[in-house]
Amino acid sequence: MTRRTPLIAAALLLGLVAAAAVWVRHATQLVPVEPGPNVKHTAELVERGAYLARAGNCAACHTERGGAAYAGGKGIDTPFGTVYASNLTPDAETGIGRWNADDFWRALHHGQSRDGRLLYPAFPYPDYARVTRDDSDALHAFLMSLPPVREPNRTHTLRFPYDTQAALVAWRTLFFSPEPYRPDTTQPAEWNRGAYLTLGLGHCMACHAPRNALGATANEPDFSGGQIPMQGWYAPSLASPKEAGVQDWPLDEVVRLLRDGHGERGATMGPMAEVVAGSTSHLNEADLRAMGLYLQSLPVVEPPAPDTETAEPQALALGQRLYAAKCAQCHGENGVSSEPEFPSLAGHRTVTMASSANLVRVIIGGGFPPTTAGNPAPFGMPPFGQELSDAEIAALASYVRGAWGHMASRVLPLEVQKIR
Amino acid sequence: MPGVRFPRLPHLLLAAALALPAVAAQAADPLPADPMARRMLACVACHGQDGRATNQGYFPRIAGKPAGYLYNQLLHFRDGRRINATMTHLVEHMSDAYLRDIAGYFAGLDLPYPAPQTTGAPPEVLARGEQLVRVGDAALGVPACAACHGAAMTGIQPAMPGLLGLPRDYLLGQFGAWRNGLRKASAPDCMGEIARRLSPQDVSAMAVWLSSQPVTGGPAPASAAPDPWPMRCGSAEVLK
Repeated sequence: MTRRTPLIAAALLLGLVAAAAVWVRHATQLVPVEPGPNVKHTAELVERGAYLARAGNCAACHTERGGAAYAGGKGIDTPFGTVYASNLTPDAETGIGRWNADDFWRALHHGQSRDGRLLYPAFPYPDYARVTRDDSDALHAFLMSLPPVREPNRTHTLRFPYDTQAALVAWRTLFFSPEPYRPDTTQPAEWNRGAYLTLGLGHCMACHAPRNALGATANEPDFSGGQIPMQGWYAPSLASPKEAGVQDWPLDEVVRLLRDGHGERGATMGPMAEVVAGSTSHLNEADLRAMGLYLQSLPVVEPPAPDTETAEPQALALGQRLYAAKCAQCHGENGVSSEPEFPSLAGHRTVTMASSANLVRVIIGGGFPPTTAGNPAPFGMPPFGQELSDAEIAALASYVRGAWGHMASRVLPLEVQKIR
Repeated sequence: MPGVRFPRLPHLLLAAALALPAVAAQAADPLPADPMARRMLACVACHGQDGRATNQGYFPRIAGKPAGYLYNQLLHFRDGRRINATMTHLVEHMSDAYLRDIAGYFAGLDLPYPAPQTTGAPPEVLARGEQLVRVGDAALGVPACAACHGAAMTGIQPAMPGLLGLPRDYLLGQFGAWRNGLRKASAPDCMGEIARRLSPQDVSAMAVWLSSQPVTGGPAPASAAPDPWPMRCGSAEVLK
């Protein structure tokens, strides 16, 4: 080692930093987009945009609880910090009032704001990139028709280095390529419509696909299930009939679940209740059938064989007593409910799937499926989080996962504590 | 607070010990026949059988409260004006129509109240509590509770809740939440204003007195509203 080595190293480092700065600057320049057809905002177009905004469930994130519709402000918690959804109303100062259809397309398709800032993929532009320019223009027309609301955007509270544009440049280089939806010509139009909605505006993969350590999902269709960050819920695999796959369901039941939020074969709770309430219950029958058809065609991928370790006998005995006292009234003494409004737990996928997260989540917080036109007065599950300790909930969950011929693994009190 | 017989830890432990064998032996209750009662099983796990929470612990009784009051609270939880993660999670995807039905169901339950919770409180605390409830404190700008919540304190239709049969800790908790903004109502938020004018000692005296009163003369809310109301309350006005 010579005296010069540190100098050379410093020069190299400086060079690297300079190169990175140039690269970031280059990557954050406004992406050129082809000017759109300058469409007239007819009532028909606005209505189509409103429907597409439902398909994308834009309001779920862009409306704060109790706040003005689409005026933003809601915090989306991520493992990297909190991202605040922006104001989408046409207020010139605080909303997107100055955005034309090209600016809007750049955001939806390229994930870049009008001022060049790269957007955080909590806004699911890797999915929305599949949306057509026509649909983007309709969405823009709808948003421009909203009453403008003066609501300044809140600053994201992300940790370093995730709060930098450089981090986004790197993330996008690794994981993002804005590809439009390419129809599969071997499939009928209805299937392609379903795939377009499911993979695009529906952004179903945002939850139902696994995410890597940097929060990215695969570019190719992948519905093998994912842990929903920060919420304690697991979005079950749509590729496996052992989880939430609908490959062996009658198509009508798939449509019913998406439209009504419950049906013969299950009910929606938690994040999926939000999807039904804000999005799928507002879609027309043809689109729901198309999505159902696509979901049924997903190739079956069985999850890896689950761990089948059972709980200690003491825990199982406690779980059995708790089941008799708290659960059997509705779910039946032997996990078989005699009443159609209460689900049987014997053979229930939420009970038997490898992840126990949703079972624990439902025991802790209870819940109701959403009210919809087809199910205006849903039945609900009581929350037991106030009444039962972590150890009791773990014992109860372990019991139902091992009873009635089930072979699912035990649940430990620590897992319950993490979900609380 | 010396002299007030609040539940003490050994009593709670004893109660817990007594409850354990009950859990072991209990067989499943039969399901109620009424479909709405079946739907509301999700609520009564905390709020007590038929929404008749005991006056121990924290959960408030909801049975027999005015429907307008219950409806407002459900809306407040859904829309973020009252903060309780469990309640918000339960009602967040419910329509106004269903929330109105739920409120109407619990409001329609006419069920007896248990004996009062607090016993043996010091006379000076009870006297201050009773004074605030029945007369108010003009110097603080605080009207009598009874002026809006009814002379019998069982509420006034359609939106003023009764104040009796509630756990002391629940009453204290609500005043704390009004003071620090975790519980809000439609503007003008009269209870938020009142809570900020009262000292913690006054709030405590009031909660002690209210939780020591039996419900006499029936739990039904009164129907005649005062004219004029001593303060403007947004939540009462939105229902008119």
